[in-house]
Amino acid sequence: MNYRLMWRKAVNGVMLGLTGVCALLAVSVLFFILGYLVWHGGKALNWDFFTKLPKPVGEEGGGMANAIVGSAKLLLLASLIGVPIGFFGGVYLAEFGGRTFAFLVRYTTDLLNGVPSIVIGIFAYSIVVLPFKHFSTLAGGVALGIMMIPITLRSTENFLLLVPRSLHEAAMALGASKWKTIATVVIPAAYRGVLTAILLALARVAGESAPLLFTAFSNRFWSRGWDQPTASLPVMIFTYAIAPYEDWHRQAWAAGLVLLGLVLLTNLAARLVMSRGMSARRS
Amino acid sequence: MHMSVNLALQKNEAGPPQGSQAEPAADLRLRMRVYNLNFYYGSKQALFGINLGIAANRITALIGPSGCGKSTLLRALNRMHETVRYARLEGAIRLDDENIMGLDVTQLRRRVGMVFQRANPFPKSIFDNVAYGLRVNGFKGSLHEAVESSLRRAALWDEVKDQLHKSAYGLSGGQQQRLCIARALAVNPEVLLLDEPCSALDPVNTAKIEELLFHLKEKWTIVIVTHNMQQAARVSDFTAFLLNGQLVEFSPTSQLFTTPADTRTEAYITGRFG
Repeated sequence: MNYRLMWRKAVNGVMLGLTGVCALLAVSVLFFILGYLVWHGGKALNWDFFTKLPKPVGEEGGGMANAIVGSAKLLLLASLIGVPIGFFGGVYLAEFGGRTFAFLVRYTTDLLNGVPSIVIGIFAYSIVVLPFKHFSTLAGGVALGIMMIPITLRSTENFLLLVPRSLHEAAMALGASKWKTIATVVIPAAYRGVLTAILLALARVAGESAPLLFTAFSNRFWSRGWDQPTASLPVMIFTYAIAPYEDWHRQAWAAGLVLLGLVLLTNLAARLVMSRGMSARRS
Repeated sequence: MHMSVNLALQKNEAGPPQGSQAEPAADLRLRMRVYNLNFYYGSKQALFGINLGIAANRITALIGPSGCGKSTLLRALNRMHETVRYARLEGAIRLDDENIMGLDVTQLRRRVGMVFQRANPFPKSIFDNVAYGLRVNGFKGSLHEAVESSLRRAALWDEVKDQLHKSAYGLSGGQQQRLCIARALAVNPEVLLLDEPCSALDPVNTAKIEELLFHLKEKWTIVIVTHNMQQAARVSDFTAFLLNGQLVEFSPTSQLFTTPADTRTEAYITGRFG
């Protein structure tokens, strides 16, 4: 009897230790990456990095101003394409979807979510780059936009489905049409979740380099327009990291840090705006 | 089926009902009429041949054990059943002299308002909750006046007048339910349907709402579903007893609770089942 009790206690202790260690490992990976990035990137980071163009090979210094602006332009385009399609598609699935069609849409968006990003790059290459005959910001934006659709769509659907039925009924019993109900009650009740999901989708595609390699390509200079190739942070990181120059490696670390910082900053700013919006309405 | 006041209509009979002694005929007008209503959820029939008249400016209570179809009947009155997949009905329901199935559903629901079992205020301010129905119906006029008068009618104004722009979720359960009543009254419906409005409230708040209903019937026609027989006895003028989807008895409340005509009614109100 006593032996069994000790055995149980031992098993309990071992399992507690095992799960704890795994949880700790999961957390520490993130902190390890963060720390490593700050350690290496911080050293190379200076004001020039944000304001100057890349220097020609062999010259020290310079920055990635064009890549920062390029990434911002690509993300803007991606949002313009991915957010409306994903959002309204999600509204359709949550509120109007018939059984068969909704199943089909759900299944295909889940599949789309699993399509390797480089394949999406090839797709954008063939529908945008080939007809225009050159790499462009537009093509990169299309590739990233397509990647945003499934995440935005499925999370919009899920957050709308979380809104209680009783709120739909309350609005409809007051003579609101179905669309009025969705626009004035359901979406406002779910917008925080939806917005968070959109930001996560944005953060996810912000770090994609594969689909940009042969769509937006890259550029050592300022991009001259939406139909011209542009530099972007992920592709710059890739190019600089595999280059044989010490200085480029340092700059790649810096670019990684900036990319991460910008993503975190967007998240933080959005959260702030959201919480302020809420407190203004509740006070 | 026993029809002591002849409020329960015969098939195809649309003429004015004869009043009972307690309710002089001149005073009694029917606002809604239900003719031979059969209701189905998919292949399962929930209501069987219901005939019922709803008197204007009176409170009609629907009572019966769980699953007897009383909520289904109530929700059919403003076509809320249409939000449920595979729900369908046969028969006719008339509001004044129009078939409600022929009306635009948003128009109908503006004229026949509904308050639900659980208070369901929107995650908006108190003011916006009451103003919601007015806004979606394109109300032109002073929103503030309309909101104030609705809140006064729901006996909530004095408690919330200093916090109109605070979230409705900060109110107590009873206040939230009165807010929902104010919200329903704001669009000035002709009929107010209440689906067990007090089932989640304590006795004090229940008493407040019952008193409120008593005042509201001067201006509105009210139909209330309730689990609570004492409540039906206290507030209603007419009571319909439903059992297994059938209307067993429909009489003036005092009569139904003192001298029920049907043995099943008697068994139910004396607590022998349900």
